[in-house]
Amino acid sequence: MRYAMVIDTKKCVGCSDCVVACQNENRVPIGYCRDWVIEHAKGAFPNVSIELRSERCNHCENSPCVRCCPTGASHYEEGGLVMVDRGACIGCGACVQSCPYNARFSHPEGYVDKCSFCNHRLKEGKSPSCVSVCPTNCMYFGDLNDSESQVSQLLKNRDWKVLAPEVGTKPQVYYLI
Amino acid sequence: MNEEILISGRMNPHIDPTLGIWGWEIPLYLFLGGLAAGILFFASLYTLLGREKELPTAVRKATFLVPIILIVGLGALFLDLKNKLYFWQLYTTIRIESPMSWGAWILMLITPLSMAWCLSYWRDLAPGWKYKLEWLEYIEKLVNKYRKPMAWILIVSSVILGIYTGILLSAFNARPLWNTSILGPLFLVSGLSTGAATIMWLSKEQLERSLFSKIDLLLIGIEVFFIIHLFMGFMASNAAQIEAAGLFLGGAYTLPFWIGVVVLGLIVPAILEIMELRGRKIPVAIPALLILFGGLIFRFIMVDAGQISSYLY
Repeated sequence: MRYAMVIDTKKCVGCSDCVVACQNENRVPIGYCRDWVIEHAKGAFPNVSIELRSERCNHCENSPCVRCCPTGASHYEEGGLVMVDRGACIGCGACVQSCPYNARFSHPEGYVDKCSFCNHRLKEGKSPSCVSVCPTNCMYFGDLNDSESQVSQLLKNRDWKVLAPEVGTKPQVYYLI
Repeated sequence: MNEEILISGRMNPHIDPTLGIWGWEIPLYLFLGGLAAGILFFASLYTLLGREKELPTAVRKATFLVPIILIVGLGALFLDLKNKLYFWQLYTTIRIESPMSWGAWILMLITPLSMAWCLSYWRDLAPGWKYKLEWLEYIEKLVNKYRKPMAWILIVSSVILGIYTGILLSAFNARPLWNTSILGPLFLVSGLSTGAATIMWLSKEQLERSLFSKIDLLLIGIEVFFIIHLFMGFMASNAAQIEAAGLFLGGAYTLPFWIGVVVLGLIVPAILEIMELRGRKIPVAIPALLILFGGLIFRFIMVDAGQISSYLY
């Protein structure tokens, strides 16, 4: 099992529904968020283009946050999920510094928080809340080890990229371009 | 306009608009940790070389500062934690891959050792002292008996402590400015140099002062070499690291770094020390304070600038 998210930047309209769904589902405190939308404009007029990306924790295969955590609070779980054990987190900030995607934040209650790929929903056989609410169906979630899964097929048939691959984290959120 | 990135819906405190999860606590600790490592390194080095009599400040007097420095540093580290009451979780595991775990354990070793070291020289300060607690007297006797092995442990652990202050930062591959292996040696040398400056400042003996003045000059030379090496490495690296180096080469940190750290913290004290070694009368506090101040702001600048540097937007 290797969970991954695939997001089609050609279908995303930047409505931020994923952000609101996540805040609601995971009771993210007001003023914080676990996912967000990037509007990336390129080129000079008249040759301009815009890419919209819904971003979150990449649940990296080689996670610097897991490596740098001094207490083992950041850890891997089944399917390659990168999770935080709230009872073991001392709030030192090492994982926040180590994340090239700035996907982690310090929860007002002291521990570090971030996207969990809604693992409580995965256990019930549902997809993450951001994926489930997307009005354009631009987000896909599944198992990359299963070559017949929708995510594997999309990555096989479409051009894609990951963010900051040069940092060597092997991120697991893929963007179709 | 060539390229522009807008983030909508993210305004996480300490993350946006620029990363600032570490405030004054971490750089202050990095400075104090380096300073303590420096003092302990020279104390144990000259004990092992059998020069306790000639160099009383290095081996004894200055070490009395170390427990205080370490406790203030540990206090700063504690304040940095957002989940303060869970700090003991550091001591429930050993994580070889995490420099912060190394640091926590080495501090656990070096803090009581430095206290025991001071305890063994306590009678120099208060000759007629009588302990109310018997076990303190027992520790004193024990340290006096096993001073050499203790110096061996201290010399190794002080080098680890000094290097760790740099490796703590260089382990973060997400921050291009920190992600260079030269930071470990650079912070170690800088820590040793602040330690030597403190000993030089406190010393009343001519021989000891001029010895530590020379040691400091050597360390400053190595530090300048490492700083050149640091920027050479950045300029020959990838786009993110070239951009990170730009923060010091025309960017926001140019003036504080080159004037504050390099000129006032390294070059001016070096010139003053050379003048003093040639017989000019210069109050020793001036170069010593400049070196200490330079070391302090160096760490503040590195921690601040490192958090700005990134691979993405």
